[in-house]
Amino acid sequence: MSFQEYKEIFHNGVWKQNTGVVQLLGLCPILAVSGSVVNGVSLGLATTIVMTLSSATIAPIRSFVPNEIRIPVFVLIIAVLVTVVQYLMNAYMYGLYVVLGIFIPLIVTNCIVLARIEAFASKNPLKASAMDGLAMGLGLTAVLAVLGAVREIVGHGTLFAGIDLALGETAKNWVIHVIPNYKGFLLAILPPGAFIGLGLLIAGKNWLNLRQEQKLKGSKASITPIEGGCSPASH
Amino acid sequence: MKRIAKSTFQTAINLVFFAVIGTTILAATFALTHDKIRQSEEDAKLKLIAQIMPSDLLDNNIIQDTLKIPADELLGTDEVGTAYRARLKGQPSAVILEAIAPDGYNGKISLILAVRADGELAGVRVVTNQETPGLGDYIELPKSPWIKGFDGKSRKVYKDLDWQVKKDGGKFDYMAGATISPRAVIKAVHKALQYFAANRDKLFAAKIPPAPDTMKSEALKEKQL
Repeated sequence: MSFQEYKEIFHNGVWKQNTGVVQLLGLCPILAVSGSVVNGVSLGLATTIVMTLSSATIAPIRSFVPNEIRIPVFVLIIAVLVTVVQYLMNAYMYGLYVVLGIFIPLIVTNCIVLARIEAFASKNPLKASAMDGLAMGLGLTAVLAVLGAVREIVGHGTLFAGIDLALGETAKNWVIHVIPNYKGFLLAILPPGAFIGLGLLIAGKNWLNLRQEQKLKGSKASITPIEGGCSPASH
Repeated sequence: MKRIAKSTFQTAINLVFFAVIGTTILAATFALTHDKIRQSEEDAKLKLIAQIMPSDLLDNNIIQDTLKIPADELLGTDEVGTAYRARLKGQPSAVILEAIAPDGYNGKISLILAVRADGELAGVRVVTNQETPGLGDYIELPKSPWIKGFDGKSRKVYKDLDWQVKKDGGKFDYMAGATISPRAVIKAVHKALQYFAANRDKLFAAKIPPAPDTMKSEALKEKQL
């Protein structure tokens, strides 16, 4: 496999087919844990680890798994990996585990994990599958980080609150008070804030895509006027 | 027919094979992390206890000196809970009780209380709650020092009618617009003190305390600093 192909897989996972804002899979954890950057990134990374490992595990054994029972076997492998991650987190990051605990087992049911295995890892070799799992996971983590940052700043006026739960007591000073003496904006912290924030993210992604498309069109044929699109000038 | 049976059997063997490998990995991970997890849980509990239990109140290993207490209406509990007993030179000095306020704005609020032997509150903390963030959640530290208003209070200091928010004629502060959460907590703390008064001897009696474990109480002191 060439470097170009890996790049393609990576770009696909993180940007083009982003799970959070394009495929819209696994919304339950996105909406539930995106209240702060630390929570979002932590669950995103846990999901990334599970996705990478499960894709890497399933790709080499894909030819031994009979087609009829592939789904139970895949789910079994995912469940084992998730539980291992849960044990390790419980043992070594207890504070964070208390916050995220109930969402960790839910990674098993996060359809994005099974979806990537079914769509990619069960048809491709090990390295490419691991890359796909990693890229998809990182794409999800990026969405969780941005959504978490926006909701945390608007809702609490802080950034990186609770980072000491993940990195130990010394990290307590890293919390940034973006807006001092902020009274808080409840809507951003509650579930509706997650929906609104995700909606804005999707809109932003589509806008970027559209702009890029128009630029390409514009550079190819600068004489023809741009058709359609969302710019007010075209109406 | 035979062929179907054979392929079914093979598929089943295949599935069992994966299940066995998966279970083995899980069992190994569990064995490796089990002790560490128990220690983390104990540390977390000790940290919480250290917040409300003055370290000069105890010289025993409070984590070991426990008593199972059955569910009780006054504590708001519906299953067996644990009381941790603090002792000084073998004499009962305080007890940690777990109580539940069932009528929070979003369901149960679980609390721990440290009650001195004379019935005075050493401290109260919210362990878990689902109160509205930014509105009713001022009952927990560090969002607000409100919960520290219980320190030093007892049923001698405040009469029964004082155990209410000021708005209802009591002696406790509250924040305008969010009275349900503090009401629930005050009521639960008051009832827990009544439980303590009724069961004081039972709480401290029972088993003989184990020998003082200096390491544990040292650790507790350190955490408090």
